[in-house]
Amino acid sequence: MKCNSIVMVKQVPDTSNISGEVMRPDGTVNRAKLPTVFNPDDKVALELALELRDRFGGKVTAITMGPAKAGDLLRECLYMGADDVYLITDRKFGGADTLATSYTLSEAIKKLGSYDLIFAGRQAIDGDTAQVGPQTAEKLHIPQITYAEKIIDLKEGKILVKRRIDGGYEILESSMPLLITVLKEAATPRPFKARRLMALKNARTRLELEKEASSPEELEKLIADYASKGLYIQTWSREDLGIELERCGIEGSPTKVHKVESVVLSSEGHQQIPPTSEGIGNLLDSLIGEHFFG
Amino acid sequence: MDNGSREVWVFIEHHSGRPADVSLELLSKGRKLAEKLRGPLKGILIGHEVDAVAKEAFRFGADELLVVDHPDLRDYRTLPYSRILCELVEERQPRVILYGATFIGRDLAPRIASNSASGLTADCTDLQIGDATWKKQQHQDLLLQIRPAFGGNIVATIITPDAKVQMATVREGVMEMVPLDAPCDGKITKIHYEPTAADQLVRIVERHREEKRSNLKGASIVVAGGYGVGSKKTFDMLRELADVIGAEIAGSRAAVDAGFISREQQVGQTGLTVRPKLYIACGISGAIQHVAGMQEANRIIAINSDPNAPIFDVCHYGIVGDVASVISTFTETYKKKLK
Repeated sequence: MKCNSIVMVKQVPDTSNISGEVMRPDGTVNRAKLPTVFNPDDKVALELALELRDRFGGKVTAITMGPAKAGDLLRECLYMGADDVYLITDRKFGGADTLATSYTLSEAIKKLGSYDLIFAGRQAIDGDTAQVGPQTAEKLHIPQITYAEKIIDLKEGKILVKRRIDGGYEILESSMPLLITVLKEAATPRPFKARRLMALKNARTRLELEKEASSPEELEKLIADYASKGLYIQTWSREDLGIELERCGIEGSPTKVHKVESVVLSSEGHQQIPPTSEGIGNLLDSLIGEHFFG
Repeated sequence: MDNGSREVWVFIEHHSGRPADVSLELLSKGRKLAEKLRGPLKGILIGHEVDAVAKEAFRFGADELLVVDHPDLRDYRTLPYSRILCELVEERQPRVILYGATFIGRDLAPRIASNSASGLTADCTDLQIGDATWKKQQHQDLLLQIRPAFGGNIVATIITPDAKVQMATVREGVMEMVPLDAPCDGKITKIHYEPTAADQLVRIVERHREEKRSNLKGASIVVAGGYGVGSKKTFDMLRELADVIGAEIAGSRAAVDAGFISREQQVGQTGLTVRPKLYIACGISGAIQHVAGMQEANRIIAINSDPNAPIFDVCHYGIVGDVASVISTFTETYKKKLK
């Protein structure tokens, strides 16, 4: 049986590279100042979808909600082997929390039409909430399997998945459509294919083409031109989706940052211990005297 | 958007007829929040043959339990559990719902939040009831959801002033587990469960579960390593030290990501919270996310080659030096003292 998958991917700030200047005074992150990466768990999700397609046939579509810069992420999806990619983007989507994000993504998925599986990474490294996957599944009224470790089998419209639980694992059999969030251990993402990279490196989103066009007419022409070469990345705005403004972006986000405090770690001061046998010996003597060991 | 309700709910997770520790911790915290809200604390208990779990829940302060008992519900499955809870929320409109940030809680809570358009804050390290002004409007008795923010030593207070129901997940060990002095039996309200076709879409074929082997949570000494440990080889030296002094081994998130140690042994906001007598932090810089999980240790020793590492601001004893050489000296010196 063929298996059509949609993969929800996200471009995230590289959290291993955070410096002071990227934090705004209100505690939110100035993402423009951070280097970005393909969220690691999402890359694994894409790999799993590609593996299923290679085995059973079908199509893999990657979608992301993000700013213009996310075009880079979608090109990477193409280099790995995604058949189709979509950028869901609008100024009005800015500041979205997980609820508003899941609303926007679920509406985009509805517009994409039918699918067998939706994949997403377990969580994104910039928030670690692991919420958007289940929130999207709820909005689409479909079942979910989170923390998937392995896809065991797919046959007769049913899928068999091994997932992690507290202290062990379980094997679940589910009907489709189904949303699956995957653990990093579930697969090793394939490298970019050189041939695809050469063929698709000029793929462009509407936002990217807007920068090259001097008039709306020229933009339309550019889009048609790129599309005819298979190099146009579908770009959907809020209007394209026809969705409610008050449920998108910061407007549609119930969670608000009320207060941000710098943590002043206790300034009581500590005792300096020299890194020598003698220094450490004295410390141990006092700890042993206070019965810390044994 | 105050819905007029003053109810605090705790989703009670249970395994093999016992409540999860995190649920008892949340009941203990929920009791304080409910007192502040001047409302009842209610436990949501879904399962089969859960009398013993109910008894424990009352011992930790639940005023009332909403119990959904059915053979089909013995083990957690997303669909029936989330549907049941969504319906209960819709019908009864609690003000606050707390979930453990476990595999189950993190699978379940987002579905309820999505369905009821509620705010949900993951991995809170503190919860309070308090007033807040948002967009020039004064809101009374909001759930203040406190958690370290992304990047830097910053703690954010999240509020959901326009949501009727306010939700948060909390990791095991973050809140203290405090039974009532004089436990009393609360009220049990049985909720009828009618299986639907959608509830059967996902079937458990096999389940394997062991009680946690990690002794980290209750350990009296913890040796923890961070990214600054540098290599697996040096990390093995920490394991040797832990063996020699009778400690449990742990790591920061960076150490887990670097593959030095397993995720089950991660200490910090997105891992375990520990309260040992002695915590030895090796090559750990001291990001707030890590400090949140160990700052209540009785005594902290920090070893780091960077004299400006923030970990030195929380420790009691600071050793500036190369981690490998300090640990080797530490281990050898301790062995000599034993003789």
